[in-house]
Amino acid sequence: MIEKLESIKNEALESINECMDEATLNNVKSKYIGKKSVFNEIMSEMSKLSQEEKREVGSKSNEVRNEITNMLELKLKSIKDEALNKKLENDKIDITLPSKKRRIGSRHPLTIVREQIEDLFISMGYDVVSGPEVESDLYCFEMLNLPKGHPARDAQDSFYITDEMLLRTHTSPVQVRSMLANAEKKPFKLICPGKTYRRDDDDATHSHQFSQIEGLVVGENISLSDLKGTLELFAKKMFGSGREIRFRSSYFPFTEPSYEVDVSCFKCDQKGCNICKGTGWIEILGCGMVHPNVLEGCGFDHKKYQGFAFGVGIERVASLKYGVTNMRDYFTNDYRFLKNFDRKEM
Amino acid sequence: MRLSKKFLSDYTNLNNIDFKSYADSMLKLGNEYESITNLVNATNLIIGEVIECNKHPESDHLKVCKVNIGKEILNIVCGAPNMRKGIKVIVALDGANVNGTIIKKSVILGVESNGMCCSLEELGIDKKFLKEEDINGIHELDKEAPVGEDPIKYLDLDDTIIDFELTANRGDLLSMLGLAYESAAITNEEVKLPDLTYKTSKENIKDLLELKVDSKDVYTFLVKRVNNIKIEESPVFIKNRLIACNVRSINNVVDISNYVMLETGQPLHFYDADKLGKVIEARNAINGETLITLDNQNRILSNEDIVITNGKNVVGLAGVMGGLDTEIDENTKNVVIESAIFNPINIRKTSKKLIRSEASIRFEKGLDVNRCYMAIERACNMLEKYASGKVLDGILEYNTLDRNEKEIEITLDKINSVLGYNLEVKDVETVFKKLNFKVSVKNNKFKVIVPTRRIDISIEEDLIEEVSRVYGVDNINSTLPIFESKPSYNNRKDRVVRDIMVGLGLNEVITYSLINLDDVFKFTNDEFGLIKILSPLTEERVVLRHSLITSLLDVYKYNKSRNIKDLSIFEISKCFSQINTEYIEENKLACLLTGSYTEGLNKEYHDFYTTKGIVESLLDSLGYSGRYSFVVKSFPEEMHPTKSAYISVGNKIVGLMGQVHPKISKDEVYVIEINLDLLFENKIGKIKFKEVSKFPGISKDLAFILPKEVKNEDVISTIKQGGGKLLSKVEVFDYYEGERIEKNKKSIAYNLYFESNEKTLSDDEINPFFDKIIELVVKKHNAILRDK
Repeated sequence: MIEKLESIKNEALESINECMDEATLNNVKSKYIGKKSVFNEIMSEMSKLSQEEKREVGSKSNEVRNEITNMLELKLKSIKDEALNKKLENDKIDITLPSKKRRIGSRHPLTIVREQIEDLFISMGYDVVSGPEVESDLYCFEMLNLPKGHPARDAQDSFYITDEMLLRTHTSPVQVRSMLANAEKKPFKLICPGKTYRRDDDDATHSHQFSQIEGLVVGENISLSDLKGTLELFAKKMFGSGREIRFRSSYFPFTEPSYEVDVSCFKCDQKGCNICKGTGWIEILGCGMVHPNVLEGCGFDHKKYQGFAFGVGIERVASLKYGVTNMRDYFTNDYRFLKNFDRKEM
Repeated sequence: MRLSKKFLSDYTNLNNIDFKSYADSMLKLGNEYESITNLVNATNLIIGEVIECNKHPESDHLKVCKVNIGKEILNIVCGAPNMRKGIKVIVALDGANVNGTIIKKSVILGVESNGMCCSLEELGIDKKFLKEEDINGIHELDKEAPVGEDPIKYLDLDDTIIDFELTANRGDLLSMLGLAYESAAITNEEVKLPDLTYKTSKENIKDLLELKVDSKDVYTFLVKRVNNIKIEESPVFIKNRLIACNVRSINNVVDISNYVMLETGQPLHFYDADKLGKVIEARNAINGETLITLDNQNRILSNEDIVITNGKNVVGLAGVMGGLDTEIDENTKNVVIESAIFNPINIRKTSKKLIRSEASIRFEKGLDVNRCYMAIERACNMLEKYASGKVLDGILEYNTLDRNEKEIEITLDKINSVLGYNLEVKDVETVFKKLNFKVSVKNNKFKVIVPTRRIDISIEEDLIEEVSRVYGVDNINSTLPIFESKPSYNNRKDRVVRDIMVGLGLNEVITYSLINLDDVFKFTNDEFGLIKILSPLTEERVVLRHSLITSLLDVYKYNKSRNIKDLSIFEISKCFSQINTEYIEENKLACLLTGSYTEGLNKEYHDFYTTKGIVESLLDSLGYSGRYSFVVKSFPEEMHPTKSAYISVGNKIVGLMGQVHPKISKDEVYVIEINLDLLFENKIGKIKFKEVSKFPGISKDLAFILPKEVKNEDVISTIKQGGGKLLSKVEVFDYYEGERIEKNKKSIAYNLYFESNEKTLSDDEINPFFDKIIELVVKKHNAILRDK
């Protein structure tokens, strides 16, 4: 019987080994260890054996059954694994097909630059204020020391709505508004971003609509060196830490002294290139010390208070930062243009 | 303003400074320049004499010449009609750069040519400065021209020009003298004044001419007379100085008036004395009066214009242009010189109407009264010297301006307080001396005498500007303003809205506020007054917009024409209207959505519901969750009549959304516009934490077949009514309309979630509510329960 068991075992193991799928394996299982299996047949003959033989055969039969069962389990697992692997193999995809991607939103480049400048000045405690785009001649010009007939008005050809109202040509009228609104005539620091309009034909370097950021600081001892330090920070923040600035005397009726400020060329590092037109310097803004007539007109005693003001063209800064050469690009809003700005800058 | 180095050198020494660094120093002083160029842009030129000139064997018009250039004789082929034996010419040698063109030895129709004979135009002198014979052919030098020498030097054209863009306040720099003073601040050289001497005849102008001034807008009016002048061509140096300053030479007399203007900054006007008569009068024009100006135009005048008359008729438009009747011509014998100063505002208005001239530019910027006197003397000096004139004794003089120099006092403390620096007395003193201002110091207080030429200086701050200009801001240290610390005030609403829109995948655009008249009433049912521009540049930019949508449609059209069909864009900008006399500016957000909003495989496309989703995401994100609804009532005709909705927050309409009417856009284009000012009138509460239930809830699904006209919103409120407190959420998860159900019916499936904060719920607790919901919906909305 022992020999029989041994031969069943060998036969079973061989059959198991040959199995290729779960069904065949189940057949093998019932054939060798199921209810009507050869194995059970032998077992049923156990009663005929002597006690000693029973023990011996019993032990052998357990061993054989365990071995077959183990083998069956192992085989089942391997068949299942193989089936799964096959299925997974069938699931194979082309990972190079395109994704299902959400489109990424973007801020307009002029917004990006404006917010960067705002953030710099917010971090230095400046208030951010705004004013109307439809402005009076009084605030836009007269109270800024630009009376009617003043030749400097030529530089700001305006869209008038009536004789007295116009689209603001610069953000400077907000200087007047803020100072008039400052009832206690206390020192303050502010910036004012916004849209501005001039009667220019649109081309690569001109736009009838553009945007500025105005800065104004008034206090008892505000000086030109404060203006210089502030604008140095501005230049480094916007154009890189290695930048220097230079002040050139200029003329704006609402500041005295007045300057135009150049930043050292960040493209060629002052070796001379097309951006700086070979000069090594790029003009970025106008500024100066608030004219006493403007202070007095807005109720600030010019003997007690001094102030500085500056005005930055946002398009100018954006064009320098991003290399945009045609002003019109900002306002035609070609999707391919906008898409350049759909990533975050660190 | 063109600065001629030669011209300026007559008044100050420029030999000790490199001209480029001189220009850069001027730049830092506030005098920006456009370019530095040589008047003649050519190299390798030499004076040659034509010693032989024969017809080219192969050509009708070319000539083959032998030209002696001193050290050798060159064979040159030349096509100029005036080329002939015996003349002296300008020869560009092999390798010469003639106004950008490199001259090379060549063979022309089989004949060797070793250079080029040049016309002045080829050398870069504008046609308008040249004589007829110079335009048609090469330039003929005079007989004395030294062969082998530099022709440009010989012609006195070896000049360098800086083209300055001067600031509006520095009218004084529109003159060589003004530039000489400015230069002296750089070079520390002296300024030489022009020669003002002349002899006078016994005759006195007062016996021949009477001056009348009857206008408060005439500040100064000086008249002198010079007799027996001889009209001829100007001397070379005058012609060249004029060319350098871009002024055309006419004849010696006219040129002298221009020369003196360029020299002193004071425009002069010369009248033919015999045509003028016995009276010269300055007054405001009478409305409707006319004058034929020098350019042969009949001008109709108004009261703002200042005119010069002969007592009866208008003979000139003060400061802008003379009249044809009293013009200097080749027969003029006697000249009346006018040197005057007028109210700059009047001149500005007149010249804006008529013509901007070199003279009017100077009048507009304001003139120096002493220079006005100097200029008329200088004109007499030059007319005597270069036109053989006899200057009459006496001057007709009207002057209301103070000829004394201004005195301004300023302390060192004030200067240092504005500059934020510690300058010393001697630093400041040096600056004023460099500027040729007289200065005295006592106890750190400066008394500065400002010359009348500096009309831009009148207050302390003007002097501080001079100090900072000349001393240089580069030499001042940098500080930051010291302030009491306080948080910055800034209104973040725009930014928050923008960031939400960007987060939702939209691209921000910025478009023009000015639009055309046809578009301004589109996409709105509002009633409002237009804000129109008085003198628009184009019909496209006439009126301030009240809605952003038409601008976004323009962006859509632009992109579509470039085959970009998928757009999700938004703009936040001011919109405008006038109500009575008030100008209203409102901040609006608008979006335009079309095509797909995903990229790659199985794209998802914008429709009414994705658009609505954007509105809801925005409003939820701003904190208006549960406070808004979508309302149907009559829409602007540009909107789809049944696929649009008004957006209502807090029971007030704040915006509009929906599909653009197919008659406007065949493609499905969806738009949103929200008045942010109105929206934010609804207060936003602070974020409050609400504890999440620790107990699991029960989720149940329900589907109804409903008549098509029943609104989902109403079904949901019925469900909520039946669901009681434990019903925490109702959501639509499926919607169907189509073949599988009856026509005019729709199927909506809802997911209901029941939850308690106190315990785990059992079905037994929920079922009564669930049944109640079904009962209510079926009864109220004529619904059939489809699934449970």
